[in-house]
Amino acid sequence: MQNNLEIKTVDLETQTQEFLRTGGFTTKLDDIIAWGRKNSLWPMPYGTACCGIELMSVMGPKYDLARFGAEVVRFSPRQSDLLIVAGTITEKMAPVLVHIYQQMLEPKYVLSMGACASSGGFYRAYHVLQGIDKVIPVDVYVPGCPPAPEAVMDGIMLLQNMIETHAPRPWRDNWKVPGFLQAAEGNHP
Amino acid sequence: MNHLENIKSDLGNKFSKNNFGFSNQFGNDAIEVPKEAILPLMRHFKDSGRFDFLMDLCGNDFPSREKRFEVVYQLFDTKTFKRLRVKTQVADGDAVDSIVSVWKGANWFERETYDMFGIIFKGHPYLRKILTHHHFKGHPLRKDYDPNHQQHCSDVLPVHFENDDSYIIDPNRNLVPLNIGPSHPATHGTLRVMVELDGETVNRSNVELGFLHRCFEKMGETHFYNQAIPYTDRLNYCSAPMNNMGYCKAVEKMLGVEIPPKAQATRVILAELSRIIDHIVCIGANGVDLGALTGFFYLFGLRERVYSVFEKLCGARLTVSLLRIGGIANEPPKGWYEEVLKVNEEIKKGINEIDKLLTNNKIWIQRTRGVGGISIEDAIEYGYTGPCMRATGLNLDLRKADPYYGYDQLDFDVPTGTTGDCYDRYLVRLEEMRQSTKIIDQVAKNIPAGDYTIRDKDIVLPEKKDVYGNIEGLMNHFMLVIKGIKPPQGEIYDATEAANGELGFYVMSDGGPKPYRLRARPPCFAIYQSFSQLIDKGLVADVIAVLGSLNLIAGELDR
Ligand code: SF4
Repeated sequence: MQNNLEIKTVDLETQTQEFLRTGGFTTKLDDIIAWGRKNSLWPMPYGTACCGIELMSVMGPKYDLARFGAEVVRFSPRQSDLLIVAGTITEKMAPVLVHIYQQMLEPKYVLSMGACASSGGFYRAYHVLQGIDKVIPVDVYVPGCPPAPEAVMDGIMLLQNMIETHAPRPWRDNWKVPGFLQAAEGNHP
Repeated sequence: MNHLENIKSDLGNKFSKNNFGFSNQFGNDAIEVPKEAILPLMRHFKDSGRFDFLMDLCGNDFPSREKRFEVVYQLFDTKTFKRLRVKTQVADGDAVDSIVSVWKGANWFERETYDMFGIIFKGHPYLRKILTHHHFKGHPLRKDYDPNHQQHCSDVLPVHFENDDSYIIDPNRNLVPLNIGPSHPATHGTLRVMVELDGETVNRSNVELGFLHRCFEKMGETHFYNQAIPYTDRLNYCSAPMNNMGYCKAVEKMLGVEIPPKAQATRVILAELSRIIDHIVCIGANGVDLGALTGFFYLFGLRERVYSVFEKLCGARLTVSLLRIGGIANEPPKGWYEEVLKVNEEIKKGINEIDKLLTNNKIWIQRTRGVGGISIEDAIEYGYTGPCMRATGLNLDLRKADPYYGYDQLDFDVPTGTTGDCYDRYLVRLEEMRQSTKIIDQVAKNIPAGDYTIRDKDIVLPEKKDVYGNIEGLMNHFMLVIKGIKPPQGEIYDATEAANGELGFYVMSDGGPKPYRLRARPPCFAIYQSFSQLIDKGLVADVIAVLGSLNLIAGELDR
C-alpha cells in the first residue's frame, strides 16, 4: 500500500473549496483511515531478552494488550504494522532486525521497549548495538529495564495518538539502510 | 586422608607428580599441571570413574606472564559430589590438547575459550568462533581488549552444517535446507536452528548462537563486585533472584562471611519462587509452541501473582537485583511472609489445574512422549544438569548433594524421570514446582528473627538513616561506593542449583575492588550442545517440542 497519509496545512477557505470540489471526503477519509489504523495495530513482537519476557506479561492475562486494539500478535513481519523491539540487540542481531523491518509493509511503526533496545542500556559492551535507532527508525521509546507493562501500554497509546493526529515522522521519511549494512542490501527480498 | 591427598596418591601411580602443583583455596581443591599432561590426565579421571563429569572449561588471561593464558577445567563426580579444578598454562599462540575425545561436552566450551581468548585447542574438530559474530576481530576477554569497542556485523551467515561452511544443496538428493530463527515465534527470541529436511524428517541439523551475547563476563570484570549483581540478574531473566544468589554466595565465600539466618531463609523463598516462575515460563511457552494457548493464560496469571510479591519487596518485577553481598537489600515489609504463604496456596491450586490440563491430555502426550529422549550416559557426556538431567533418571540436585542455606533440614523430594524425553522433562518440572511450594511453606512459616544482612562496615552499605543522620554512616557509605569491596586474593568456583541446572560462578580476585575474572557456568549452554543429536532423524515438528522442553534462556546461553 502506498503511504498516502501526507498532511497539508490548509486554511479554512481552501479546505471548503477542496470539500466542494472532491465531494468532501479527502480529509475526512484520512481521518477515518487513521482512526482505523490506530485501533487495529498488529504488533510483531521482537523479544530477544528480558524485556521480551515482560512483553509476554503485557500480552498476558493481567495487562491484556488486546484492550487497545493491538490484539493480534503476528509473528510474521508481512502481517504486522507495529514492530515492538523488546530486548538487547547485539551487533550480530542487527542485520536480522533490519531485514525484518524491511519485510514489513507500509505504513509501519517501531516501538523500542527498554533501555537496551533504545540505547544499549547498561551494556556498554563490545557486542551490543548501542541503540536500535542506529539501524532502523524508531517512533516511540519506552524507558525502563525492563519497563513495567503499564509503561509499554503508555507507549502504545502515545503511538496511537501520533497516528490519529497525523504527526509528521521525519526520522522515518529520511531513513536509509545504514552504511555498514549496505553491502548486504542485495540479499534482502 | 582428605580428598586432595587421595587424588595425590591415586595420581602417583600413573603420573610423575613432581611437576603437579596441589592446592586448596576457599575449600576448592585444585591441581596445576603442565599442558602435556591434560589429555592423559582427563582420560584417567574419566576412565577410573573418579571424576566422570566435566562441569566447566574456561580461560584466564595474565598479560604480564610469560605463559600468558590459563585453561581451567572444573571436574565433578556424580557419585560422591566431589569437585576438582585442573589448571594449565599456555603461551600466546601455543596450543593445548583438546579433550573433546574424552567428553563431547568439551566441544563448545573449547570453542568459547578460543573465541574469547584465542587459546588454540589441538585436535578440536571445529575450532571456530561461537559467541561473537563472524566479522569480529580479536578476542574480547583478553585484558587488552577495550570493553567498549564495537565492531559492526553486516550480514548473516547462510545456512550451514557442522564442519562444512560451503554448504550447497545437492540436487540429486531430495533434501531441503530450512532455516528456523533467530527471529521465529518458536525459537524464543534468539536461537537459530538450521535443519536439512528429507520430507518431514530432519536429516541433519546445526545451531548457531551468539545472537544475545551481551558480554556478561567482560562487564563483570570492568565493574565493582556489587555492580555486577544487576548483570547476573540478566543471565537467566526468568528467575533473576537465583542468579543473584549464586553470585553473592560465591563472593561471600571468598570474603569468608556467613549471612544471618533470616537472609538465608529469605533467599531460599526467593529461589523457590523463582524456580516456580521459571518452570511456569518453560511449560507455558512450550505449550504455546505446541498449540496449547490456554496453558499460557493460566500459567501467566500465576506468574503475575509471584511478581506482585517481588514488587512488594523491592519495586521491580522481573530483574529485581535485590540480593547484596552479605544479605538482602532491605527488610521485607510487614506481612510479606504471610503474603508469600497466600500466593503459595494459589500456586498449588494452579499447579493442579495445569496438571489436569496437560498431564493426561492426549495431544500433549503424543507430541512429547518419546520425543527428544537422551540416556544418562549421553547426558553426562554433554554435561546436563538440572531438570533435564533428572528426567533421564539420574538423581543429581545440589540442594541435596551439597546443601546450602539449610536445605538439608527441609523436607522435600527430588523427582526423577526414566527416559529423558520431553514428557519426562515436563513431569519433572511439574513435580519440582510442587516440591518448591512445599519448601516455601516450611520456610515461610518459621522465619528466624534477626537482621536481614550482616553488619560488616567493609562489605555492606550502612542504613539510609545513618547515611543521612551521622558522619560515620556517610563516610562509610562514601568509602564503600568509591573503593568497593575487596575480597582476599584467590579464586573460587561455587555453584547453586538454579532452575535450569548447575549455575556456577568462577570468581578470581586479585585483591582489588573488581573481579579479575568472573565466569558464569551456564547450565543450558552444556545442554544445548546435544540439540542436534536430539532432533536428528526426528520429525521437523518435534524440533519445536524439544527446543521448548530444554528451557533455553538466551541470556544464560550466550551470556
Ligand atoms: S532493558 Fe533491561 S530488561 Fe530490557 S533487555 Fe535490556 S537488560 Fe533486559
